[in-house]
Amino acid sequence: MTKVTMTVNGKARSAEVPDNTLLVDYIRENLRLTGTHVGCDTSQCGACVVHVNGQAVKACTMLAASAEGAEVTTIEGVAAGKDDLHPMQIAFKENHGLQCGFCTPGMIMTATDMVSRYKEAGKTLDEHAIREELEGNICRCTGYHNIVKAIADGASKMA
Amino acid sequence: MTDQGIGARVLRKEDKRFITGKGKYTDDIVQPNQAYAAFVRSPHAHANVKSIDASAAEAMEGVEAVLNGHQLTGDGIGNIICGWGITSKDGSPMNMGAWSALATDKVRYVGDAVAVVIADSKAQAQAAAEAVMVEYEVLPATSNVLASMKEGAPQIHENAPGNLIFDWEIGNKDETDAALASAHHTTTMDITNNRLSPNPMEPRSAVATFDESEDHYTLYTTSQNPHVARLVLSAFYNVAPEHKLRVIAPDVGGGFGAKIYIYPEEIVCLWASMKTNRSVKWTSTRSEAFLTDAHGRDHVSTATMGFDADNNIVGFKVNTKANLGAYMSLFSSSVPTYLYATLLSGQYNIANVYCDVQTYYTNTVPVDAYRGAGRPEAAYLIERMIETAARELGVDPGELRRQNFVREFPHQTPVIMAYDSGDFAGNLDQAKAAADVAGFPARKEEAAKRGKLRGLGYSNYIEACGIAPSAAVGSLGAGVGLWESAEVRVNPVGTIEILTGSHSHGQGHETTFAQLVSERFDLPTDNIQIVHGDTDKVQFGMGTYGSRSGAVGMSAISKALDKVEAKVKKIAAHVLEASEDDIVIEGGEVKVKGTDKAMGWHEVGLSAYTAHNLPEGMEPGLKEGAFYDPTNFTFPAGCYICEVEVDPQTGVTEIVQFTASDDFGTIINPMIVEGQVHGGIAQGIGQAMMEHAVYDDDGQLLSGSYMDYCMPRADDVPNYTVSHHSTTCPGNPLGMKGCGEAGAIGSPPAVINAITDAIGNNNLSMPATPSRVWAALQQVSAAQAAE
Amino acid sequence: MYDTTYYRASSVSDATSKLAGTEDGMFLAGGQTLIPTMKQRLAAPSDLVDVSGIDALKNISVDGEVVTIGAACTHAQVAGSSEVAQAIPALASLAGGIGDPAVRARGTIGGSIANNDPAADYPAACLGLGATIVTDTREIPADEFFVGMFETALDEGEMVTAVKFPKPTKAGYAKFPNPASRYAMVGVMAAQTGNGVRVAVTGAGNDGVFRHNALEEALGANWSADATQGVATDADDMLSDIHGSAEYRAHLVSVMAGRAVDNS
Repeated sequence: MTKVTMTVNGKARSAEVPDNTLLVDYIRENLRLTGTHVGCDTSQCGACVVHVNGQAVKACTMLAASAEGAEVTTIEGVAAGKDDLHPMQIAFKENHGLQCGFCTPGMIMTATDMVSRYKEAGKTLDEHAIREELEGNICRCTGYHNIVKAIADGASKMA
Repeated sequence: MTDQGIGARVLRKEDKRFITGKGKYTDDIVQPNQAYAAFVRSPHAHANVKSIDASAAEAMEGVEAVLNGHQLTGDGIGNIICGWGITSKDGSPMNMGAWSALATDKVRYVGDAVAVVIADSKAQAQAAAEAVMVEYEVLPATSNVLASMKEGAPQIHENAPGNLIFDWEIGNKDETDAALASAHHTTTMDITNNRLSPNPMEPRSAVATFDESEDHYTLYTTSQNPHVARLVLSAFYNVAPEHKLRVIAPDVGGGFGAKIYIYPEEIVCLWASMKTNRSVKWTSTRSEAFLTDAHGRDHVSTATMGFDADNNIVGFKVNTKANLGAYMSLFSSSVPTYLYATLLSGQYNIANVYCDVQTYYTNTVPVDAYRGAGRPEAAYLIERMIETAARELGVDPGELRRQNFVREFPHQTPVIMAYDSGDFAGNLDQAKAAADVAGFPARKEEAAKRGKLRGLGYSNYIEACGIAPSAAVGSLGAGVGLWESAEVRVNPVGTIEILTGSHSHGQGHETTFAQLVSERFDLPTDNIQIVHGDTDKVQFGMGTYGSRSGAVGMSAISKALDKVEAKVKKIAAHVLEASEDDIVIEGGEVKVKGTDKAMGWHEVGLSAYTAHNLPEGMEPGLKEGAFYDPTNFTFPAGCYICEVEVDPQTGVTEIVQFTASDDFGTIINPMIVEGQVHGGIAQGIGQAMMEHAVYDDDGQLLSGSYMDYCMPRADDVPNYTVSHHSTTCPGNPLGMKGCGEAGAIGSPPAVINAITDAIGNNNLSMPATPSRVWAALQQVSAAQAAE
Repeated sequence: MYDTTYYRASSVSDATSKLAGTEDGMFLAGGQTLIPTMKQRLAAPSDLVDVSGIDALKNISVDGEVVTIGAACTHAQVAGSSEVAQAIPALASLAGGIGDPAVRARGTIGGSIANNDPAADYPAACLGLGATIVTDTREIPADEFFVGMFETALDEGEMVTAVKFPKPTKAGYAKFPNPASRYAMVGVMAAQTGNGVRVAVTGAGNDGVFRHNALEEALGANWSADATQGVATDADDMLSDIHGSAEYRAHLVSVMAGRAVDNS
């Protein structure tokens, strides 16, 4: 067992967990934040994407212990306040960028990360770039058309 | 008037919980003192189970129980059934092999479960499952129909000699043979429809709870049809009687057919919950999903299409061999028969069509309906054939289609279906204009300058949705009725709950169904709640698959709304002292036409429940139910045009344009319908270019994860140009046809027709991976070199 | 995943001494390969010594003609480094094409080469650019480091601490990704170095990354994409699977070599 302490969605959280606990299991099972999903076991689908110290990572491919001391943000924590929605969340709804909703939290976490990275690097996030940046996120419902639109719209809303 | 009625692009009511991470999927459910199940699965495709030694596993920390198939059958749990009986040509019934949820003496595919461990934690259950010692006597295996049908092939089920399940036929054989014999031109092709894994992003999951004090079971599960699950679990698997079993399908993360069936794991979780007196939870990993979720397609066909001297199609003859896997899944037998061969007339007026189908057992996971289910296989066959024929005849492929279109409705085909409506030429024209087919030669020339091969392909699909009527499908062998039910509850304050037997797992029913009510009563959708997915709340229902929820599910709601509307009008007429015929409902009020006499919608609700002033003899309350059984299938159709560029150096194909013109009849929410088409096209492109569930000759699955099963990603697919040219469906009160599967049905032939056009070689099978396209290009070069 | 004991190392010596005391321990860096492998129960290290937090391994420096990249530098860090982009743009672009953005945020260069996955990109960079792999005990030329599939010259308990890349005159990388996994099905690094032209191929060979002598000769004589055309690769040495035949991979090697030159 190992003690892990991290800040999750702005709150300090700690727990004793088995050393092999994945970050995603810590988030889902221990913290009961079930918006972060698991859709594969080969680190490819991206349903589990969260931010660790400001970077999008796959929570299924990281030990909770490795996130010791980190700032973690999950889909439940992206909006500014309890009754608010993040502009990217709004964009997904307004552009019908989701159907079954299972991949959506990971998509939104990946989307906000890509927008910030491109902004920081001064690069243009065009449709081609969005599609390439989504390499690690699989959606089976939407055919991506409206996800790509949503991210472009969310990016402009975040500007 | 609200602007949320039929035809409005209303944003989805269900989205808020999904975008905030508050969706409630089965794996999110936690029951007090829940235990976890881990299955012991066969690593062999075909083996006798000699012994199972669970002693080491049972002794491990946290292990509650290790249960096997003999215990399961000993407790009277019934075998898994196929719910559609098919009769062979010779009149004999299909050869259904026994399928126990936990195998007893023999395993028949890799992943077949032989035991289950129930333990306190997931990790403990997995570790103990590994410690269960199973002694297998490995048998030779087959993984495809061609191997299964060979003389001397391994015998998979004793009661299916030669592994043949049934040998079925449809159409007019002699007339078709005669027509082909006298045809001016015939086109013959061998066509394979590649095996796929459906891959909804949410893996299957079940949480079963047995309440000893009430002798009652609750099952949370990833189901497209919780009532069907309950019916089958009760009536056939003897888990519990229906009134003692509640099945809840909460938020479900996509289905695509894979979540129609009642799998071994759900049966075992319920049974194990009773055995251990604990809640039992199981969630599939993706690797388990590849091994155990029913696969789709897997047909091998030979077809001949004949034309007269004027290029009219005179006959179409098809032989198909279909792989149904190791056991017959719930609707598996209907897919390569009534959902497939009945569509082989396509959009064309063909006097003579004949198809015979042989289905075989193989040592692979069962094959059943996957988005489209039989109809993609039919569309692929016809649309590859007619495109190829056009090339052979030297005529424009669009015009060859046009000349053969069915133009008068109703149209009776030689293979059961009676098409009720459509304007196929209208869809062709719309798609051609949107795709700028006229500009294609110039684009091809420009691409050639860049070293790219550009090609264009058509697909004019037709499908059948809302399988019905129940009596007709019953006569064809279906074990269930395919109606739908609905209940409309108007509360005393005027808000409305719609209870529906349809189930939404991404289709947006909470929004579109509310729009139907909004249209009828001119109320905002916020005042309307859709209730579904819980057998304790909804009376009964057949669930969602086969694009049936609009045409059948909403028609049931519409019928119930008729009854509510009639009662509302009676109450208002009574209170307002007017004639029922003069009552109109609009703007949140129930009014007497042409007067200022009105009562608020909510006041009618209140009147119904206070019952102080109701018409003589009227029962209090405002709640009506309806069951709707359609009179015919519906026939969505359309034209898809795909344009590709192939890199001849690598064989990489880029879809540069994909254009769809669909006829779905009445459209409730265009935004949602377009989304369904986008997703369907992406899955069709996946089938055409990427996806392939591959077993080796020994029955080992080679494409068992996303490392090897290629899922379409954002950079694999284009933006889609989607448009509609609709005719109203005369068969249901709303004029709807269905839109859920069209994209997946119509797109594969368009893609392959485009790629084969680009590379100048028609010898190309799905999936047209870069490797295969390159190999096909090598054939072209070799042929050119030989000349 | 099997049970394991986790330890977060604070320094290289802390990490190596800790690992030495374990029964069957492994270094954990970004974990982008090791953790999926453990999840599939295909690896069962008794202990994991996490080296991703060792600050001394996270530096990128350019010293004259050599770019030194610390073993714990992530792919995102290398891809985004202006020093790397300036000194060896092909290396920055290679790093920017590994996995997906979330994988690049965690995966490290040290982890990648120590694992020597036959379809990983970095082995091609090391071998093609003639890099030197620095460990806690010695320096190993790339030509000697990559022994075979998942095999390296690392001794038990030896830890990669950095990779030194000599600046090439010109270099380019081109990858043909496996359509499903997006790992390299064929990845070619072609470089003009102080020691002549080097061409390294990853993803395709049935014994891991390898140098392609015929392409080196052809490009040594004529540094152009045209020169790669018709340079044969023996299909017998290529992998073959459901994604592509050995012949297809052999063909792609020269195509990707040409594109690598175009990218240089």
